[in-house]
Amino acid sequence: MMSDSTFLPQSGLAQLLTELAAGHRIIGPQVEQGAVQYRSLQGAAELPWGVRVAQQPGSYRLQRQGSERAFAWANGPQALKPLLFAPRESLWQVVKTAAGLSFSETLPPPERLAVIGVRSCDLAALALQDRHFLQGASPDAHYARRREQLFIVAVNCSHPAATCFCAASGDGPNAVSGFDLLLDELDEGFLLTPGSEAGQQLLAALSVSGVTPAQRQQVEAQRRAAAVQQRTLPSSSLAGRLLELASSPRWQQIAERCLACGNCTAVCPTCFCHSEQEVPQLDGEGSEHLRQWDSCFSAGHSLLHGTPLRADTAQRYRQWLTHKFDSWHQQFGRSGCVGCGRCIAWCPVGIDVTEELHALCGDEA
Amino acid sequence: MKPRVAVHKFSSCDGCQLAFINAGEALLQLATLVDIVHFAEAGYADEEAVVDIAFVEGSISTPQELERIRTIRANSKTLITIGACATSGGIQALRNMHDTQQWVEGVYAQPEVIALLADSTPISERVKVDFELWGCPVNATQLFAVVRSLLSGVTPLLEQETVCQECKRAQTVCVMVSRGEPCLGPVTRGGCGALCPAVGRDCYACFGAAPQANTAALAEQFAAQGLAPEAIARRFLFINSHSEPFHSEGKKWQGEGK
Repeated sequence: MMSDSTFLPQSGLAQLLTELAAGHRIIGPQVEQGAVQYRSLQGAAELPWGVRVAQQPGSYRLQRQGSERAFAWANGPQALKPLLFAPRESLWQVVKTAAGLSFSETLPPPERLAVIGVRSCDLAALALQDRHFLQGASPDAHYARRREQLFIVAVNCSHPAATCFCAASGDGPNAVSGFDLLLDELDEGFLLTPGSEAGQQLLAALSVSGVTPAQRQQVEAQRRAAAVQQRTLPSSSLAGRLLELASSPRWQQIAERCLACGNCTAVCPTCFCHSEQEVPQLDGEGSEHLRQWDSCFSAGHSLLHGTPLRADTAQRYRQWLTHKFDSWHQQFGRSGCVGCGRCIAWCPVGIDVTEELHALCGDEA
Repeated sequence: MKPRVAVHKFSSCDGCQLAFINAGEALLQLATLVDIVHFAEAGYADEEAVVDIAFVEGSISTPQELERIRTIRANSKTLITIGACATSGGIQALRNMHDTQQWVEGVYAQPEVIALLADSTPISERVKVDFELWGCPVNATQLFAVVRSLLSGVTPLLEQETVCQECKRAQTVCVMVSRGEPCLGPVTRGGCGALCPAVGRDCYACFGAAPQANTAALAEQFAAQGLAPEAIARRFLFINSHSEPFHSEGKKWQGEGK
């Protein structure tokens, strides 16, 4: 695939963004509130130049380095998920009329978004979200509206965090599909690889040159280095294995540390659970039907007719882990984990999902 | 006939009543849907009125208040506490852990004119409460949603999730993970919209403990991040010090009190 690649000098990044901006609102990584976050991007200067990130269980810290790179950081708390599966949105509304109740849908306005900086783990998560929201019996209109016009500029991860394990989950660090354009960042510029016809067209408008053998070697070395990661997963597939461990004492041990706060599920790029609620107007003349992110750690998630099926935290953690790593295989043909490590870094008490899996399966991390 | 509503005040700062008044247009709309018969802060005074819905702000701190709340309960079909004071005893319940009489004698020139109960307690320790709204102050959106539910004849849906859920939906960066702040969001009931983290500070749990609050694990994490035991105790022994599990967790880190 690298054979299609061309080279864009660092000064050409502004041109790339200008070309993109002609047809899209650009979303790109920026430092906001002490983290790298995807926000509306006005220009290349807003990118997190020289920023690196140190991540450990329960800890995320930005580090400023002398490096002149814009993408030398590992992922922050969110990437594509909130852009497509809105954290809180209205699905429909209803008003009382003389003729009875009148319902109307509240689809988001169409908007062409281009996201730059997307990592391989998040492309894998996107494929799973697509599977859930678009490829079932009833495609989700709200998700579809945002998804169909999405243009993705992926960037291969050059500086994974200590919490990353995409190499073990098989989802990174190098992107192989699901993007329109792929960047490998070097000190002097970028290797550009098209992944779609739209990406090819964008590339054609840029002042690129051929890739030198030295640049190719640097990119290859960088890709290999990024795949060397500290955290691993149990060596054999977990399909069918965790469900058999339903009565392991480990669940109770985890529950003693787990806050049941739901941060892990909120930052997980594949978690799609939500709750729906009515928000009536005070005068009772109309109501809005809201959908918002929910978590299998919340009481309402397993509430059936007033009875929580999973009343305690041990059962909720077990539900999360067994669904994500075991029964997900049956549901979607693969694990629900893409190795981004967000649940490890953003857990306030630093519970490490890879450590728990190794302990449950009885092997060494 | 429109439902009759009263808003009562006990030991409190009046901030929760202000949630009604600050609501502006919504309050005017409410006034067309119900008859507000008692709401001293807004100018209606008929404390003995028989009502369909009584909102109660403040904790029970004095013998007179104890008598008043019993009368109000007897006169009200549905009684709803609004805010931390009414729901958990409030900031003034900090005195429950100390010798109140000694304080009164130290502060007042004529301590004999001050009549106090031994403890500042939530309404539910004194009379039956139908619904409890947490917060210091309460959230007006929650307040009006409860009113709407009751007007429609449905049971109000009260918040069960943690502040973290609201914080993540707002895409606020976690102040604990990114800055090491001793945030109580993971053990605190949602409903405020994660206001404090949104302005870059740690949650201090004014909405009380979430149903699954694992205060022990969070306190251990604060300690691991270098927070001193006394400071950990103060995190839990603050606005909702009289309610569990905050009370026991705080006392545990404080050592022996009272």
